[in-house]
Amino acid sequence: MTAFLAKRLAGGLVTLLVASVVVFAVLEILPGDPAQLMLGMNATDATLNALREQMGLNDPLLVRYFSWVGGLLIGDFGRSFTYSSPVIELIGERAVVSLPLAIMALLLSTAIAIPVGLFAAARRGKAADTITMGTAQIGVAIPNFWFALILIYVFAVWLRLVPAGGFPGWGNGIWPGIKSLIMPAVALALPQAAILARITRSALLEVLGEDYIRTARAKGMPRRAVLWRHALRNAMIPVLTILGLQFAFLLAGTIIIENVFYLPGLGRLVFQAITQRDLIVVEGVVMLLVASVVLVNIVVDVFYAVVDPRLRANA
Amino acid sequence: MTMWKSVLAAAAVALASSTSAMAQRTDLVLGVVLEPPHLDPTAGAAAAIDEIVYANVFEGLTRIDSGGEVQPALAESWEVSEDGKVYTFKLHDGVMFHDGTTFDAEDVKFSLDRARADDSTNAQKPLFEAINTVEVVDPTTVKVTLKQPQGSFLYNLGWGDAVIVAPESAEGNKESPVGTGPFKFDNWAKGSSVTIVKNPDYWGDPVALDKAEFRIIPDAAAAIPALLSGDVQAFPNMPAGDALPQIQSDPRFSVVIGATEGETILSTNNGKEPFNNLKVRQAIAHALDRQGIIDAGSSGLGVPIGSHFSPANAAYVDLTGTYPHDVEKAKALLKEAGFENGIKATLKLPPPAYARDGGQVIASQLREVGIELEIIPVEWAQWLDQVFKTKDYDLSIVSHTEPNDIGIYARDDYYFDYHNPEFNKVIADLDVTSDQAKRNELYGQAQKILADDAVNGFLFELPKIGVWDAKLEGMWENSPIQATDLTDVKWGD
Repeated sequence: MTAFLAKRLAGGLVTLLVASVVVFAVLEILPGDPAQLMLGMNATDATLNALREQMGLNDPLLVRYFSWVGGLLIGDFGRSFTYSSPVIELIGERAVVSLPLAIMALLLSTAIAIPVGLFAAARRGKAADTITMGTAQIGVAIPNFWFALILIYVFAVWLRLVPAGGFPGWGNGIWPGIKSLIMPAVALALPQAAILARITRSALLEVLGEDYIRTARAKGMPRRAVLWRHALRNAMIPVLTILGLQFAFLLAGTIIIENVFYLPGLGRLVFQAITQRDLIVVEGVVMLLVASVVLVNIVVDVFYAVVDPRLRANA
Repeated sequence: MTMWKSVLAAAAVALASSTSAMAQRTDLVLGVVLEPPHLDPTAGAAAAIDEIVYANVFEGLTRIDSGGEVQPALAESWEVSEDGKVYTFKLHDGVMFHDGTTFDAEDVKFSLDRARADDSTNAQKPLFEAINTVEVVDPTTVKVTLKQPQGSFLYNLGWGDAVIVAPESAEGNKESPVGTGPFKFDNWAKGSSVTIVKNPDYWGDPVALDKAEFRIIPDAAAAIPALLSGDVQAFPNMPAGDALPQIQSDPRFSVVIGATEGETILSTNNGKEPFNNLKVRQAIAHALDRQGIIDAGSSGLGVPIGSHFSPANAAYVDLTGTYPHDVEKAKALLKEAGFENGIKATLKLPPPAYARDGGQVIASQLREVGIELEIIPVEWAQWLDQVFKTKDYDLSIVSHTEPNDIGIYARDDYYFDYHNPEFNKVIADLDVTSDQAKRNELYGQAQKILADDAVNGFLFELPKIGVWDAKLEGMWENSPIQATDLTDVKWGD
């Protein structure tokens, strides 16, 4: 198991290193001068140069890459050009919104999807199955920003139960914070739940066709017990894979939802930073997202190994 | 049972809050589209900075009022020498910065010298170029000597970039701004909102609001529900033009269409074939049908312009009739210029809707006269780089939002690549003229030259779409300067 883990971690580090080169290179070739963007159309060349010097943009490319990566290793993500505060602080401020949102959405989608998948699989081919999966298909197709707007009009404008958007900050209490994250979480979770429900169902059906299930049934095990005890456990592998992928998607893909609900999250930070050419912020957040995806993948791999000991041997 | 309890509790809270709403409100939540990168108006061009802090947190020697006129601010009065080169400002006494330090002539000298210093990162450094020396006469008197007379000097001092800051706090103004204004900075929740509160020690007339929160709402689709739900009570610049009728028909809101200082133009590369040919530019001017462009680009709300000048300005001359919409005339001019087989060119469009939507219409209008445009959407950063800096463009659409900026056409290396000694002479005369009537006349001449030369396609003045709670009073109708001046805003009943 230790060797398995070490191998996975080493792979993760290599991924991060490659990502750092790609991220840095791609952003460097993006056209646009951050200093000009900040100072606008009336700025003189001397002013632009003074600002570029201040931002460290006049240094050679390699010097900037190594000082950036060197900083990352000791947890120094640099200073934002536009906000002029440390990038790590900005990320911290935003992560306390994005992370709870992603976790809420993930829990919500899992809580909906697994029972729905089980329900449909147990009634394979029957009307209930067709209706459930048809609904799920619609759920997959609905864009989440559209769904978000519907939620806003019903629950904020009409019923006035929750705010239409914005985030009060955790300093104003847990409940107001959670309240402003409920609708965004639902808007994010439903399309995810729809995908996950379909995958849970098909994974279950595949497992249900296996010999050992037939054996269990032949020995007189009740249907429900077969489904829960044998089938679900084995169907978890594809479900976990998708969950892992979805986590990455949730973190990076909240940009639209954060815009619709004007939440100060990581997605908005990146979006804003790209348009303002605040390269150091984009680089920092992207690296962090890559790192979290790598980490989640390692965790999922470990889970596999726990669920199915055969995978450990093959590694 | 518990559920009923919580419902009752909620009803009680709702009742309590509705009774307290009966008393005069003193708080306000305003929606803004863009978050300021920082809060120091002397270190960045972003309009989002001035929209929050100008006149509210920071003040200059002079200020621009809602009519675009220069008013006294920290300077209660001034005298100008005969030759127009020496300005002696008398400052208000007993003014304090928000951190408790006193304001005096030294702060004025510090601010002006800092803005024009070699290592200054002031985005509008040219505003201060005429200054030769700034001298402290006594704590409440400052003498500014110019290199040559400058007619717009008092106006320039009213820009957000010319506000007075203190040496003790200047460095920290990006994060926590310290000014002399009627509001103090309170809190900036990054990505979310900026809050300012009443300054109890303000030297001038106290403001009615105790607290104002600028909430950042970047998505146009989110702006309407934010208003409808009551979360936000005012949008000084409403982003959602298409959904406006829905708000207009709702008696809870006032919708006020005002003027901005944003001249929206079809920028033309005058230095490049075939646009260096006056006849070609005139053909374009005849081919443009402003109303169609305004309908597409600003929901029908923009005001047509015929030159680079705001209709809200006292010196405005209506030149929209210089080149009436005339397809045949346009074709004839192209033929005269030797382009009877048509012209192929590119149209680079930055992100705002006025450009992207207006651009489609312009392309179809020009196609009618034989000018085939390839539309190239670009981001702001690209636009600044390719169009503005390296002049790698044929045509573009952009709104020039700096107030009173007709002087840009006299610049040597500006992206229009327009050079006309006659025009430059008028601007040079303007620089040394401070008599208002004479200035207006010169402004008129300048507008006329630009219109005749068809330097750019002059389209429309960007509208200021203000939407706020109908009970709110004192919001600015027009936007002669990029600011949300809250000094006279209060809740009526």
